[in-house]
Amino acid sequence: MCTMIAMSAAVTGMGKGADGWFRVNQATVGYDHATHSGTEHALLLDFTNYELGVDARVALELDLASGRALMAQLQSAIEAAEASERVA
Amino acid sequence: MWNSFRTDDHLGISAEITTYQAGNGDETHAYVVRPHTDAPAPGIVLVHHMPGWDEFTQELAERLGRHGYLVICPDLYCRYGHGAPDDVAAKVRADGGVHDDSVVADAEAAAQWLRQDPRCNGKVGIIGPCSGGRHALLVASRVGGFDAVVDLWGGNVIMADDQLSPARPVAPIDYTADLDAPLLGIFGNDDQSPTPAQVDQHQAELERLGKTFEFHRYDGAGHGFFYYHTPMYRQEQAMDAWEKVFAFFEEHLKS
Repeated sequence: MCTMIAMSAAVTGMGKGADGWFRVNQATVGYDHATHSGTEHALLLDFTNYELGVDARVALELDLASGRALMAQLQSAIEAAEASERVA
Repeated sequence: MWNSFRTDDHLGISAEITTYQAGNGDETHAYVVRPHTDAPAPGIVLVHHMPGWDEFTQELAERLGRHGYLVICPDLYCRYGHGAPDDVAAKVRADGGVHDDSVVADAEAAAQWLRQDPRCNGKVGIIGPCSGGRHALLVASRVGGFDAVVDLWGGNVIMADDQLSPARPVAPIDYTADLDAPLLGIFGNDDQSPTPAQVDQHQAELERLGKTFEFHRYDGAGHGFFYYHTPMYRQEQAMDAWEKVFAFFEEHLKS
């Protein structure tokens, strides 16, 4: 099925795609048809800069457990980073 | 029927990406498959699925072409830019999906393109898998004049109010009264969209309005069971359903 689940956020950073590093300005998180993971659906993470073209994209297809694990570690890393900044 | 050609038949297809004047007068890409038949061929508009105008879609078009149909498959995502199909589809996804009105306009223009082709016999069907199945039904209902429509497991034919969006403002089932083409529906009973209950509801509405249709539902199959490039493929169910598709188009487009 097409879930049409997709949500985007503006981000600031760099991503490495097929042609090297580029500035990313949008992150989209979806859950819909997978194209490469071999499952019907996957958590779809796209870091993009469509000002540079549709192929300015760093893409991930993850299962939901991986997404939760990633989210937890991302949260931990951000909290640790903020704590270290306070110490510094 | 599949694999039923004579070995001394004059068979062949030519296939290429070309451009045509799509909705809004925009020149956009289409994949066109021409069968090498002696007589004019029936036309089919193929509507690609949400993952994009991809290799599976092109091979599906070629399969229909080898069975004697002149096929045009518009690139519904053409206006979003060009790159690998999954990159383009990702941009469409991020933008909230292609607008139903855009699909209807592009498919209507594709049908007109077929009817104006001297190698078309004047009959035109429409088919699509997944979101393409939903769109095929939507186009046939809103545009009219198609000779046959095939919905391959199109989800979101029935939509709750909170599923409606700017890109998809009306549920296709709400256009059922306007459907003037015979409909073939192919569904897997393990599918989550459409669920068997939703297929029941769609069937009830078609019956209530006296529409010509046939639905075939397969146990042991879920969504996308034609997709031989994925674990969703179900060989037995897919081959049987393909026979239903060929028989349906044969009856309505070749007779």
